[in-house]
Amino acid sequence: METNTTSYNKPGATAGTAPKWRFACQVEDIPSDGGACVSLAGEQIAIFNFSRRGQWYATENRCPHKQQMALSRGMTGSMGEQCEPKVACPFHKKTFSLVTGECLTGEDYKIRTYPVKVKEGKLYIWV
Amino acid sequence: MSASNKPVVVVIGNGMVGHKFCERLMAATSSFRIIVFGEEPRPAYDRVHLSEYFNGKSAHDLSLSMAGWFDEQDVELHIGDPVREIDRSARVVHSRKGIVQPYDMLVLATGSAAFVPDISGIEKKGVFVYRTIEDLDLIREYAKGARNAAVMGGGLLGLEAAKALLDLGISNPYVIEFASRLMPRQIDSAGSHILETRLKKLGLQILLNKSTLAVEGGEGIHALRFADDTSLDLDMLVISAGIRPRDELARLAGLQVGTRGGILVNEKMQTNDPHIFAIGECALAAGMIYGLVAPGYEMADVVVSQLTEGNKTFTGFDMSTKLKLIGVDVASFGDAFISDPDSRTIVFEDRHKGIYKRINITSDGTRLLGGILIGDAAAYNILLQTVNNRLPLPPDPEDLVLGSRGGAAAGAGVMDLPDEALICSCESVTKAAICTAVTEKGVETVEGMKKCTKAGTGCGGCVPLVKDLIAGTLKANGRYIRNVICEHFDQSRQELLDLIKLHEVKTYDEVLGRWGKGDGCEVCKPAVASILASCWNDNIQKQPVIQDSNDRFLANIQKGGTYSVVPRIPGGEITPEKLIVLGKVARKYNLYTKITGGQRIDLFGAHVGDLPDIWEELIEAGFESGHAYGKALRTVKSCVGSTWCRFGLHDSVSFAIEVEERYRGIRAPHKLKGGVSGCIRECAEAQSKDFGIIATEKGWNLYVCGNGGSKPQHAQLLATDIDSAAVIRYLDRFLMFYILTADPLTRTATWLNKMEGGMSYLKNVVVEDSLGMAAHWEAEMQTLVNSYKCEWKEVVEDPALRQRFVHFVNAPRKKDPSVTFDNMRGQIKAKEW
Repeated sequence: METNTTSYNKPGATAGTAPKWRFACQVEDIPSDGGACVSLAGEQIAIFNFSRRGQWYATENRCPHKQQMALSRGMTGSMGEQCEPKVACPFHKKTFSLVTGECLTGEDYKIRTYPVKVKEGKLYIWV
Repeated sequence: MSASNKPVVVVIGNGMVGHKFCERLMAATSSFRIIVFGEEPRPAYDRVHLSEYFNGKSAHDLSLSMAGWFDEQDVELHIGDPVREIDRSARVVHSRKGIVQPYDMLVLATGSAAFVPDISGIEKKGVFVYRTIEDLDLIREYAKGARNAAVMGGGLLGLEAAKALLDLGISNPYVIEFASRLMPRQIDSAGSHILETRLKKLGLQILLNKSTLAVEGGEGIHALRFADDTSLDLDMLVISAGIRPRDELARLAGLQVGTRGGILVNEKMQTNDPHIFAIGECALAAGMIYGLVAPGYEMADVVVSQLTEGNKTFTGFDMSTKLKLIGVDVASFGDAFISDPDSRTIVFEDRHKGIYKRINITSDGTRLLGGILIGDAAAYNILLQTVNNRLPLPPDPEDLVLGSRGGAAAGAGVMDLPDEALICSCESVTKAAICTAVTEKGVETVEGMKKCTKAGTGCGGCVPLVKDLIAGTLKANGRYIRNVICEHFDQSRQELLDLIKLHEVKTYDEVLGRWGKGDGCEVCKPAVASILASCWNDNIQKQPVIQDSNDRFLANIQKGGTYSVVPRIPGGEITPEKLIVLGKVARKYNLYTKITGGQRIDLFGAHVGDLPDIWEELIEAGFESGHAYGKALRTVKSCVGSTWCRFGLHDSVSFAIEVEERYRGIRAPHKLKGGVSGCIRECAEAQSKDFGIIATEKGWNLYVCGNGGSKPQHAQLLATDIDSAAVIRYLDRFLMFYILTADPLTRTATWLNKMEGGMSYLKNVVVEDSLGMAAHWEAEMQTLVNSYKCEWKEVVEDPALRQRFVHFVNAPRKKDPSVTFDNMRGQIKAKEW
């Protein structure tokens, strides 16, 4: 099965290397309805597995509030009637949309999101 | 918006009443231009709660308006610039800074100053008045060097000032009162007697019938000399002997004032110059000076009404008050002092608990006229409503003070009040307004009600009544009121806990599937995780992603993204061998070490990937998880007790270890801390804990529901002189009751504060077993105790669980390269963020 999410706001502009689909890890490396971090193309990338609804999301691992590499350890969830997928930073519970990267707790922060695809039990990130 | 052609209203004074006038006038009409002159260097603040300034509130917290309010409302504010002269013929005011401001209407809200009696030496250093934030700053500074301090004046303000001195760390301050009783305007001698006893227990020394002749000393105060030839050594005196209306500006302008001060006004709050009004404490209205904020607000309303062609007048005001003085409820309502032959008086006095209640009823026993409540004023609001609305009395009026002995509440309930009953007298909000807001605007919380109707935003005294009315209206509308967890669940924590138990549900997924919606969130996930852990005591690592980060990695996340490790050191007792192990482990993994407040050792700066290795070594040496990361029992702190201490009555260390090991690992709505002291000296500070055990000659005293933190609260006595087995039994019941019923992230102190019936109810449930749940709870607790396992041991021994402790899942051995440390005093320190 191949799943493409549309969560994409800024192409993964990594210094020096052109973005492309890169192998991140095995599907089972990311806990169900949780997240984990991978090191890819010199970036720390948080990958979130919304297994209840069969969706995957990827963002930068850094929380822009205090520049902590922690979002992958945050609790995931959803907000509102539209069930906007989100993650809460474990440090101060700033929450971010996994679709747009916008801060949902009313502050002027934004995180980078990356496209994810799943192919034959492997996760790929466009970075 | 051009303001040039609007009539100008100048307000002199930016205190609570002056500010309220501006608010009310702006709300009523935009056809005036308002210009305010204030003497103090800051905009209006809440003078009623001034003593909270010493209790951690800042000047900003006390401020009555949001920054920018004046700009938004287009009200021109000149602070720190008092008006010096009113030129009535030219209709202009002159300010100290030289502003010449014409007015069409002038409102004097100059308030009052502290009344300073004319006593020789009163000007000496160390004598203060208690009135403004500036006064408080001076008092705070001077109190640092003061040992013996007193407040002159045993009225309402004087006792507030005495509380402020206690808050500043002055031990046993004196209260000196001229009259033969405290609060002579509000309470009678019998009530004063009970109040004195309560206040003495809290550390105040009360001197009555004292007429001060002189302040003695050199440059600074050394003593007070009284008319009865006694004297009192003091190095600080705070005068709070009443108020004096600030009428000097009015006098200067030739306005009529009363013989004993106060600007004379008529029913419309007009002075003898029809263009000038006076409101608040500077006004002499209906024959008296009103030194409370509620009548001041009423006067402000009257002037707004006059300016907007209304016909509201001021004809006197109900001076009923309820306040908490240093933790003691004091209330006086209606005609508090009326007695035979005009009425019949019913008095209830409990010297043991320090409670006094007096009600005055009509001779025929049909109506309530007024009364006094000391020590327990829970019935104040409803009694006041009963007076004001002339509600019929129950057949046995004594039920009003004794409580009905049949079970049902005595007298009328809030829902029986007539629609026009005034609930919030500060903001003039009626019962009908509150109920309508609930029914028609969907307001369901006190906060919402404050925004919608402003009820409860003044003195706050009516908040319990507002709450009851909201609940009562919702109930009347067929609505069941619940405190739901978050947007994903329509249940309260307690309801969810009951469902989970009943259906024996073990996973968050199933809970969400059965009763929730959406994908959950960072609020409901840990709440449900805590419930599941409390019910089944399974290893929380089975569902790591629903745990808060700390529970997910069984360690406390710290600045920089590393974790800290806290092994359990029960009772704070540790062998030299174990200390050496901690030192070796810390050195090997380059960890910062610090002794915690709970008598254990915290190791900071551990990489997530090192955690299992660190714990493997600790467990090998006999340590186990300290649950510092969890909403669970942290420590049971102990003093060294009778094994070493020459004062110790019992072996507090052994008992602390027994208790800590009994409740270790049990998940609760919030963290739990305990303490055991070997004697009354209380070196373990057990009374600042969720449960505190203190040795007595005959056994132990058990205290519950204390906490430190931002709002410290002492634990309260649950049982006296009980044996160790009874302590455990009561703790089992108490902790289970708390775990089963508290809202998420609610400490025991807050849980108790919200509990209807408070400590006496809790005592009934835990000690008297009034709910008949004791045996069940003890058994449940025993099940939890029996199923305890060290979470870290399970992780260390399970390769699959260990595998989760990595930073990069695609490079498990690689540490987070963003983690770096600074050095400080020979140890590592997290980099500043």
